[in-house]
Amino acid sequence: MRNVIIIGSGPAGWTAAIYAARADLNPLLFEGAEPGGQLMTTTEVENFPGFEHGVQGPDLMAVMRKQAQRFETEIISSMVDSLKQIEGGFEVTAAGKAYQAKTVILSTGATARRLGLENEKRLYGQGVSACATCDGFFFKNKNVIVVGGGDSAMEESSFLTRFASKVYLVHRRDEFRASKIMQERVKNNPKIEIIFNTEVVDILGKDKVEGVVLKDVQSGETREMQIDGVFAAIGHEPNVSLVKGLLDLDEKNYVKTVPGSSKTNIPGLFACGDVQDARYRQAVTAAGSGCMAALDAEKFLSDNE
Amino acid sequence: MAHVFSESNFQAEVLSSSTPVAVDFWAVWCPPCRITGPIIDELASEIDESKLKIGKVNVDDNQHLSTEYRVLSIPTVIVFKDGKEVDRFVGAMPKEAFLEKFKPYIA
Repeated sequence: MRNVIIIGSGPAGWTAAIYAARADLNPLLFEGAEPGGQLMTTTEVENFPGFEHGVQGPDLMAVMRKQAQRFETEIISSMVDSLKQIEGGFEVTAAGKAYQAKTVILSTGATARRLGLENEKRLYGQGVSACATCDGFFFKNKNVIVVGGGDSAMEESSFLTRFASKVYLVHRRDEFRASKIMQERVKNNPKIEIIFNTEVVDILGKDKVEGVVLKDVQSGETREMQIDGVFAAIGHEPNVSLVKGLLDLDEKNYVKTVPGSSKTNIPGLFACGDVQDARYRQAVTAAGSGCMAALDAEKFLSDNE
Repeated sequence: MAHVFSESNFQAEVLSSSTPVAVDFWAVWCPPCRITGPIIDELASEIDESKLKIGKVNVDDNQHLSTEYRVLSIPTVIVFKDGKEVDRFVGAMPKEAFLEKFKPYIA
């Protein structure tokens, strides 16, 4: 039986791998469906310490992966299908094979939330996009909408002005929760028009996005607007499908951990990164909690020898 | 390795092909494409070409193709049969998932 299996390959997972590998725990890490996690679809990361001039999200993840490999983390590029408790530890299945370990570190992260509209699903990839970095290119000289009020919404809006002729930034409240510096960038960009107190309630178009229906949340009035692309940046949902029924979750579905640690309600199963963090959700806090999980797992293993 | 399709050979290699063809629309600046690229290459070497031909279109160099086939998100994989689109998958997926999607055309 292995010492530790790590599930997920964002900053939390890779940091846990680096620490566990350096502690001679020979970790096995599953990369999952979205290797590298959320940072793979961002561009410039300007707030990760140690990168004076910023770093591209995918580049940061590539070097974290290399660093974990350097200390001989074993990496499997599949998705984990199940996780259960067995005598003396845990069993994970992936691509039809079973793997056993005394401890598991859960770092499955969070996935971008969708608007939840029927037509959003139907027109996904046809003007509805989950990745501004990937798809901005296809909206040259077109008009797009970004929905949201946080840092990601600001970043996506600014990025999309490289291609689109006009970016409408739609938010349901009357102010943004994004950081001041990001808000200023958006407000000073002549290609971005901010529409407060408004929700997107439908997306229109037969084979591709042709428009949206906007609703004024104060008056309740709706209006149609012609648009070519819809990008949602309205927060995230934790990826907890593997541990539903196994771990205690909070009211927002995040994994509950003992404050000041990565411990869950099951001894030997530790959680780190966005799957257990509804509050900070930063690359650096995820990395920090990944370190905590590796140290907690190491302590657990030595206590239970 | 996967075939490289472009505006100049698309008619001959894809639309006039006697076997079905899976085309991966991609670009260097698209992070999920960096994940699917090697998977598509592997599948191209593993799958018998007389059943399913597999290749890539770089959207940067072939904007007419991405416009014509309404590719608005990458990676997008389109399966062509007898010159017509018969299937389309958007987004990165693990290798097994692609294999599952290609199954009906390999049988």
